[in-house]
This record gives sequence, structure tokens and C-alpha cells, in this order.
Amino acid sequence: MPRLPALFPLAVLLFGMPPLDAAELAPGRAAELERLVLQDCGSCHGLTLKGGLGPDIRAPTLAGRSTEGLAAIVLHGVPGTPMPPWHPLLSEAEAQWIAEYLLNGGAP
Amino acid sequence: MTRILAAVLLALTIGFTVWVNNALAETLRGSGDLGVVVERTAGAILIVDQSERAAIGRVTGLGDLSHASVVFSPDQRYAFVFGRDGGLSKVDLLKQTLVGRVLQSGNAIGGAISDDGRLVAVSNYEPGGVRVFDAETLDMVADIPTGSKTIGLVDAPGRQFVFTLWDHGETWIADLSKGTPEITKIEGIGENPYDALITADGRRYIAGLFGEDGLTALDLWQSPPAPRRILAGYGRGEAPLPVYKMPHLEGWALAGERFVLPAVGRHEVLWVDARSLEETGRTKTHGQPVFAVARPDGRQVWVNFAHPLNDTVQVIDTPSGEVIHSLKPGPAVLHMEFTPRGHEVWVSVRDAGRIDIYDTRSFEKLGEIAAETPSGIFFTARAHRTGL
Repeated sequence: MPRLPALFPLAVLLFGMPPLDAAELAPGRAAELERLVLQDCGSCHGLTLKGGLGPDIRAPTLAGRSTEGLAAIVLHGVPGTPMPPWHPLLSEAEAQWIAEYLLNGGAP
Repeated sequence: MTRILAAVLLALTIGFTVWVNNALAETLRGSGDLGVVVERTAGAILIVDQSERAAIGRVTGLGDLSHASVVFSPDQRYAFVFGRDGGLSKVDLLKQTLVGRVLQSGNAIGGAISDDGRLVAVSNYEPGGVRVFDAETLDMVADIPTGSKTIGLVDAPGRQFVFTLWDHGETWIADLSKGTPEITKIEGIGENPYDALITADGRRYIAGLFGEDGLTALDLWQSPPAPRRILAGYGRGEAPLPVYKMPHLEGWALAGERFVLPAVGRHEVLWVDARSLEETGRTKTHGQPVFAVARPDGRQVWVNFAHPLNDTVQVIDTPSGEVIHSLKPGPAVLHMEFTPRGHEVWVSVRDAGRIDIYDTRSFEKLGEIAAETPSGIFFTARAHRTGL
């Protein structure tokens, strides 16, 4: 699969800023991202996302945060904490999907 | 007549007793080759038989088992399961039933059992600290708040528990030999210790640091132990990679006269001289190591890796320090457990829903067991090892 980050600037050039919704993701990618959130984010934030080494990231706790802000945290991490930058592994659209998924309490 | 009747009754009684004992012997079994596999999303454990290479039972209702771990009673009959949600569950491996469960905190990160098997301790993130329970009844016998997320809890000889404060960089030793805990606090462990191990002899406690290079070693034979920084500057600071999964320090992967530790944020394991605690070398690995565990004889070290390189396991030959074999069991290898004498290793492959069993000499795959999102594998031999 081509890496999405590499194609992203091209897509912006050709089509303008794409709408960042779940429809942007390759088929099957949403299920992979959901598993990533629950299983891999879950290793620090807990399987139910109520927190562990990392903070509680359930929807009521995140209420009021912007999708863009959360996506930026996913992509760039939080310096000085164990939260790593995920941009080597995730595209902006995927980070956006995860942010919406979290804000919607488990619905993309 | 009476005499004949008595003789018949006696014969019948003896016959019955023999029959009952035979019937019981058919169903009696030891628990020394049993084990437990955590099914993290199902809130269940599989009870497995090492010799049969099979699951022989399943116990459910154990709550949120992400990052769950297990210790065993000295008779190897009971498993104590520590769940992320603060649940402490006691499972009878022979009857395959849940015999006790307490929700002892909001958020927990593992536990330990005292050397005499009487006390079970749990380390908690929220509220931060350690709580100690009677292993028989699961009644709480001590509450030790630390004001910090608490990690690296291990048992130490003499009814002691040792644990470390993520937020404050302190290690505390709780001595419960006299009932109420006597606490010794050791400051200056370092920034953000993320996990710790105790050596099999119960002498050295080593905490890995996330916030800075290196690890901190304590000699528990000293009173009080003075922290000693080891492997300072092993290179995390040179070009740290994003850490997608914290390494685990488990047991003392003592391999001959040196032991091996996973590096944080690097594709390397680090070799340390067991006596001097100086670095003696490094081995480049496939990814960032999560577990680096020595086969019980110390001849090999098996390593698994952090996301996204977690489909691979590498085997390092101890004398040469070279990778001699790589396996790709499948997506998300989370844990590896050796049989007590090391002839086999069981590997959990979370996203494939499988436990794979390998011969550790030929690397031949010997079997598979289906499991739902399996994570930790724990064999009952741990009951008799300090720090496991």
C-alpha cells in the first residue's frame, strides 16, 4: 500500500483540501485503526481508554476538544511525556479519523 | 452368622474404598505443568496444559485484562490475576472456577505474591500506591498510598515488596514481616522509571528509566540500599525514536555471566556484566524490543518488538551475542513464556488469535492453541521463583 503521507500533498494539489472523514480511508483501514486504538493505544490508555500510564481519553473526558487539536496530538505526540508522535505510521486523515472516533465515543 | 455378616461388610467397605480411591486417582492431577493465558479483550483466562500443548479450561468474568499479569500460590493451585481495571481475581486451576474477586482500585498495573504465599500485593496507577491482600480471603491487610503512579512491584525475600514511583523517581521497600508495613524510601532513582525487575536471588532491583538514559540498580543486601545509575548514556538521547510500546523488564534474563536488557527507543538490546553492572555490548535487533527473555538455561535470548514491527521474534545466541534465528509468528506478538526447563517456548500472537508453541532448539513449530486476543502467558513454575 502506498504510504498516505507521501501522497497527501499531491492529493491536496489535485483536489484541494480533501474532506477529512471516514470515507477518505482505504477499504478495511477503519477496522485496522479501531483495533490500533483499542489494542495499541490501549497499552497505555487502557483497553476501555479510561487511562493507565496515559490519561483517560474517553469521550466525556475529551468533550470540548477540537478534532484538529486531538489529531495534532496523535501526529506529533506530547513532548516530555511518553505519548509518541504517530506521524511515521499514520496519515493526517487517519489521525483525524482517530480524533473523531475518540470524540464520538467509539463511533467513527 | 454375625461373624460372616461382619466379614462381608468389611470386604464390601474395603472394596468400596479401593474403588473410590481408584476413581479419584483417575481424576486427580498435579498442577506443575499447567499455566494460564490471558485473553485480554474477553476478560477471560485459558487454563493450559504444557505437556498436552492444549487448553483444558477457560474462566471468564475477570474484567478488563489489558496489561494483565498473573502470579501463583506456592501449591500452584491458585492463580491471582491482576487486571487493568483494578480487579484482583483468584482462580482455582484444578476446579477451573473463579473463587474470589475484589475490585481494589480504579486502575492497576500488576502484582506480586510474598515469599510465604500469604500476601498478594497490587500496584496501582489510580489511586497511586500499593494495596496488600490476604491470599486466602482477599481481605485487604495494608494500604500504602504513594501519591504517584506506582510501577515495578516485585516480591523480595523476607515478606517484602519493592516498588517504584513513576512521578517521583523513588523506590519504596515495604517490609510486612511484622504485620504492619515498615517502609524504606529510596530517593534519586531517576526520571520516570517505567518498570523494574528483581534478580532471581532477590538481591538486585533494577528500574528502567523512560525520562533519561540508563537504569538504576539497588543492592537490597545493603541497608539502606544506595541507588546506582547503570548504563547511563546508552544512547536513548542520541536520536530517540518514538516509543510505541514501553519495554518490559521481567525476571533476570541472566545468560551466563551477563544479562540482557531491552533499550528504550532504540533497535537494540544491551548486555550487562552481572557482577560489575557495566555494559559489555549491544545487539542490533529488528525493532524496539519489548521483552528480552532468556531461556531458563541462559543459552538463548528471545526478543519481541513494539508496534509496528511486532510480527517478528528474534533469537539471540548468548555466547556470541548474535541473532541466530528470526521467526514471523504473525501480527502482534505480545509475550513469550518458556517451559520451566526451556525445551519449548509459547508465543502469544494477539491479532491472529493464537498461541504458537516452538521447540527452542530446532525452532520447529510444535503446535497451536486458539485464543481470543491472547496476551500474557504464565506457567505455574513461576510460583517458585522470586520476582515472577
